[in-house]
Amino acid sequence: MEHSELLIDWSRAQFALTALYHWLFVPLTLGLTFIVAIMETIYVKTGDEWWKKTTKFWMGLLAINFAIGLATGIIMEFEFGTNWSNYSWIVGDIFGAPLAIEGLMAFFMESTFFAVMFFGWNKVSKKMHLTSTWLVAIGSNLSALWILVANGWMQHPVGMHFNPDTARNEMEDFWAVFFNPNAVSKFLHTVSSGYVLASLFVIGVSAWYLLKKREVLFAKRSIIVASSFGLLTSLFLLTSGDESAFNVAQQQPMKLAAMEGLYKGEERAGIIVIGLLDNTKVLGDEKAPFHFKVEIPNALSFLGYHSLSAFVPGIHDLVYGNEKHEIMSVAQKMEKGKLAVEALSDYKKYKKENNSQKAKEALVIFEQNQAYMGYGYLQKPEDAVPNVALTFYSFHTMVGLGTWFLVLFIMTLYFAMINEIEKKRWLLRLMLMTLPLGYVAQEAGWIVAEAGRQPWAIQDLLPVGMAASNVASTSVMITFWLFAILFTGLLIAEIKIMFTQINLGPKGGH
Amino acid sequence: MFDSITLYHLELYWWFIVSLLGGLFVFMSFIQGGQTLLYTLGKTEDERDLIINSLGRKWELSFTTLVMFGGAIFAAFPLFYSVSFGGAYFVWMAILFCFIIQAVSYEYRKKPNNFFGHRFYETLLFINGSLGIFLIGVALATLYTGGNFMVNEMNLSHWTKSSYGLEALLSPFNLAFGVMLLALSRILGVLYFYNNLDEEHIELRILQTLKNNSLIFLALFLWVVGMMLFQEGYNYDEMTKVVNVESMKILHNFLAYPILMLTLLMGVSMLLYGLYRALNQKQKDAIWYVGIGTILAITTLLFVLGVNHTAFYPSLADLQSSLTIENSSGSYYTLSVMSVVSLLVPVVFGYIFMVWRSMDKTKMSIDEVKSDPHHY
Repeated sequence: MEHSELLIDWSRAQFALTALYHWLFVPLTLGLTFIVAIMETIYVKTGDEWWKKTTKFWMGLLAINFAIGLATGIIMEFEFGTNWSNYSWIVGDIFGAPLAIEGLMAFFMESTFFAVMFFGWNKVSKKMHLTSTWLVAIGSNLSALWILVANGWMQHPVGMHFNPDTARNEMEDFWAVFFNPNAVSKFLHTVSSGYVLASLFVIGVSAWYLLKKREVLFAKRSIIVASSFGLLTSLFLLTSGDESAFNVAQQQPMKLAAMEGLYKGEERAGIIVIGLLDNTKVLGDEKAPFHFKVEIPNALSFLGYHSLSAFVPGIHDLVYGNEKHEIMSVAQKMEKGKLAVEALSDYKKYKKENNSQKAKEALVIFEQNQAYMGYGYLQKPEDAVPNVALTFYSFHTMVGLGTWFLVLFIMTLYFAMINEIEKKRWLLRLMLMTLPLGYVAQEAGWIVAEAGRQPWAIQDLLPVGMAASNVASTSVMITFWLFAILFTGLLIAEIKIMFTQINLGPKGGH
Repeated sequence: MFDSITLYHLELYWWFIVSLLGGLFVFMSFIQGGQTLLYTLGKTEDERDLIINSLGRKWELSFTTLVMFGGAIFAAFPLFYSVSFGGAYFVWMAILFCFIIQAVSYEYRKKPNNFFGHRFYETLLFINGSLGIFLIGVALATLYTGGNFMVNEMNLSHWTKSSYGLEALLSPFNLAFGVMLLALSRILGVLYFYNNLDEEHIELRILQTLKNNSLIFLALFLWVVGMMLFQEGYNYDEMTKVVNVESMKILHNFLAYPILMLTLLMGVSMLLYGLYRALNQKQKDAIWYVGIGTILAITTLLFVLGVNHTAFYPSLADLQSSLTIENSSGSYYTLSVMSVVSLLVPVVFGYIFMVWRSMDKTKMSIDEVKSDPHHY
């Protein structure tokens, strides 16, 4: 049951639209909940009312962001059913569990204690309130954990087998799914990126106050908390990014090749620091992929395989095969995949006819080729290549900005600690200008993760063409534009409210 | 641990959990029902602020239960998730749109410079409370009346009507179910205010609103349950799994499982007693009787669809494509894992109950709302 390209493109566009909007709000919630929890802890420890007012101000901004994060999030869960219904059946037995567990373990905790955090100041004890604030932070991060367990499984499917009788993948090891290395590194990398964004948010807003010569003490103290948090989490982000890249090399070599624009595999492959891709380059031609590039020699081999001399396969090797390095071509995989698809169909047919001998024979052929079944749905070998330019530029944008954030946190922390930050107006301007770049880096990260694994909904198992719902493409177009209008309207409202609240400033005479 | 438990036992258990979540969601829909009463009960801006703030502290309860309901169906009955959500596309999308607009409306309504103005967000809350609950009622009603889908030998499905689920709005039973649920949510909303607010003027309007909605609900409830019991249902053969039409199937299910008849009667009795307590005895605790009665009645009415070899989601396009708890469930392993996780459910209910007991020690008043700097 394959679908038209138009339907698949619109289904992907809708999922991308809703995911990108949702991710504008989630990372700030992930990080800001911890920052307000730290601030409230200082208040409870010191009894200083100033810290309570500061906590309440940042909490107010968190609430504005939290509401729209929830609003844009509910659609994500249900879209797997509405737009990816084949996917829901073929992998729902594994994928559904983390989503359900997220609801039970994290979502209820987050939402229940969120109400105490905002409305319980005069209703529960100080300690109960502080506990609630920490539980909101833990709950929102637990929520991210289960979602990223599910996403990690899509990138690197483990802990399951294919059941030909039900024609789906079924879970056989929950712990393998939970401790999937891809999911672990993805979780750590994603939540730490949220902490970095929240830190950028706090220092960006604080810098604006200092530029306006307002709320000076409030802004300086907030910068110290956020810069410390941002510096620590940026270092962690760097480490988890390295781990993520290692996992990508092992589990999704095509994505790694696209991230680096590497068409022909190399030993001692370098990492591109900066480069301009030649967009006339076609897979298989002899053109150089870059107009120009600056690279660090051997670094990609080391990053991907922890060896300076390791061979890193390029897109060409992965599509057309490389005998020397024992890489099977996509064409060969497609051949085996088509055998598996046909054998499964035969198996179902003979089972229905009660022809057990023929069914058994078909099952043997299926099992021999099952590992490549996903490739059986591809039309041509080149379909296995993601959008190289999108993946390459997104990856380099993310890495470049992440490096800049680290440098910025070092500078802001240093000048804040020596109490000179308000005099460094150039730095304050940089802090303010960096805030939108934090969002750019976040979105770029997800584009690498998701666009880089195309055409797969589930890596090597299920291409997006097989995963979509069988609805008319016009239906998806209608809902796409409705989402685009609604989310854009809500985003404008959110930004206006946020700016107004920031302009009003922390009430209570800081 | 699960050696003596068969796959069918797990399927039944998970159908019960899903039914219970459905029952809990309908109870929590007091939030949506309350939202539709903003201008009925609140005649001044202060009164409306009080109503919004009373609901606004708990709005996540129904939202979270809906998300949990979706997650549980995805994990436990993925074929239903795939067939219904991917097929009745427009109905589910309309429901989702109704819920997307809820979260921001509380937070943004009274914020300065909120782009659309506070009446816009109040309208969104009304749409969420009215259209959202009505459509959920219609979607639930299709479990009794069926959907236009076909499932192939690979368990992949497609919808046979280009209206993608909107055709369900042509069935009087589905419409009545939707309006019945809406009336029930308004009853629950009114009773919640009766219990939670400390404002005389609103109280005076509460009882009249309760009376009107109770009459609508009871009339529709009698008709809907009567239709359920006596209309044709869908049975499947235990051995061959062949689905066939059976007259009065739901009534037969109740007769086969008298305990379900008992829980339904208990639920309905509690619900009626709660209404009597509020309308005649002016008791403010009526929400608990009507609420628990609602959970018992709705859970039973959903659970009865999954027992006694019943197709809980019949196909109008191809009878043999109909979904049963047996042909649509997750694997034994996944249901076992999820069953262990479900042991956390009482813990979750426990902390939610404890938190709200301490937060709701005193009734909410206009003065309290005005003194809270973070009020909605």
